[in-house]
Amino acid sequence: MIEFLKRLLGYQGSSATAKERLRLVLMTDHLELAPDMIEAMKRDLVDVISRHVEVDRDRIEVNFERQDRTLAMLANIPILSVNRPNGNGSVKSESAAESKPKHKRAEDGAPPTRKRRRRKKAASPASSPA
Amino acid sequence: MHQVEPIATESEPTTAAVKRGRAIVLTSGKGGVGKTTTTANLGTALANRGASVVMIDADVGLRNLDIVLGLESRVKHHLLDVLEERATLDDALIPDKHTEQLFLLAAAQSREKDEVDTEKMQALVSSLRERFDYVLIDCPAGIELGFKNAVAAADEAIVICTPEVAAVRDVDRVVGLLGNRFRPQLVINRLRPALVKKGKMLSVEDVNAILRLPLLGVIADEPEIIVTTNRGEPLALRKETATGAAYHAIAARVAGDDVPAPMPPAAKTSLLERIGSLLGRNRA
Repeated sequence: MIEFLKRLLGYQGSSATAKERLRLVLMTDHLELAPDMIEAMKRDLVDVISRHVEVDRDRIEVNFERQDRTLAMLANIPILSVNRPNGNGSVKSESAAESKPKHKRAEDGAPPTRKRRRRKKAASPASSPA
Repeated sequence: MHQVEPIATESEPTTAAVKRGRAIVLTSGKGGVGKTTTTANLGTALANRGASVVMIDADVGLRNLDIVLGLESRVKHHLLDVLEERATLDDALIPDKHTEQLFLLAAAQSREKDEVDTEKMQALVSSLRERFDYVLIDCPAGIELGFKNAVAAADEAIVICTPEVAAVRDVDRVVGLLGNRFRPQLVINRLRPALVKKGKMLSVEDVNAILRLPLLGVIADEPEIIVTTNRGEPLALRKETATGAAYHAIAARVAGDDVPAPMPPAAKTSLLERIGSLLGRNRA
């Protein structure tokens, strides 16, 4: 009866915690065991971003971090230059853009490139990035 | 993906000149999940079906299978004696006390795992397959050389997992290491239905949602397993018990019979809980 009431109130037993921990630890394990996959992902990521901005391929850093209940991919991709909105000419930049954590879980966010574009738009009228 | 031929051929009773038995490794990565107990019980149940079975204790340095089978006083020669030709195979094979056609090849107690030569081990298992329907290899814990030797000699794998985070993680790793040569089957051991029901233990579904392996069967965590281990009499000898019957069902599935995977009976629901769930259904 007590168990039933707990369930009614949304109480989860420790097996839910076990499941959650297992899910995260296996994701981390699988990433650790697949350095080739991470390299390939890094390459693909850079290819997509390079369509819009010029990036410093040699200084890209990709890390995985556990954040509360999710595993996040953190990419630090230094931008070398950005094309002017109306086409010709570009502005060189020395600042590195820290992309927002891209969550592995699909429901957690839009694809990385869209997120970056959105951030740029938001930053442009205020002239200083957040 | 490479497909291993389905496990569906009960070997022909010695009409052919050369028998081709099946070499199955029982492994888990993590220690203490019940590999040895499962090997002893599966061997007993398979031999009970009329198959000839040899069990190899590949856990060199930590001999245990003899204890579980109650054969510790009969070990005169061991695996390394045979591999290093100090004893013949016939001298080293220990017939089981309780079951006919069931034999044990004990591990060396005073040696180390890396003293086993992989090729010699493969050759030994290969010759055993000509004499027995089943060669069950009780793999040591870990993923080092002892594991590699045990696995190299086998061509089928059964992985043993308990409903715990560490055990599932290790099985996941071991399945990765086994690679495409194997299509491992899963035994979930030590399940406690009452805890699962209370949400305090990973369920069969939880475990296999992650591992995604063909399920051979589920064994409950029963005190009688401890008792039978104390006595050196595998529970599979007592077919009338729920757990004994579960081992027989697993053996039948290994042999290719189309029987359902044994599951421990669901935890009993108290009257109060039943009233509670009725109320719950009305409210929802």
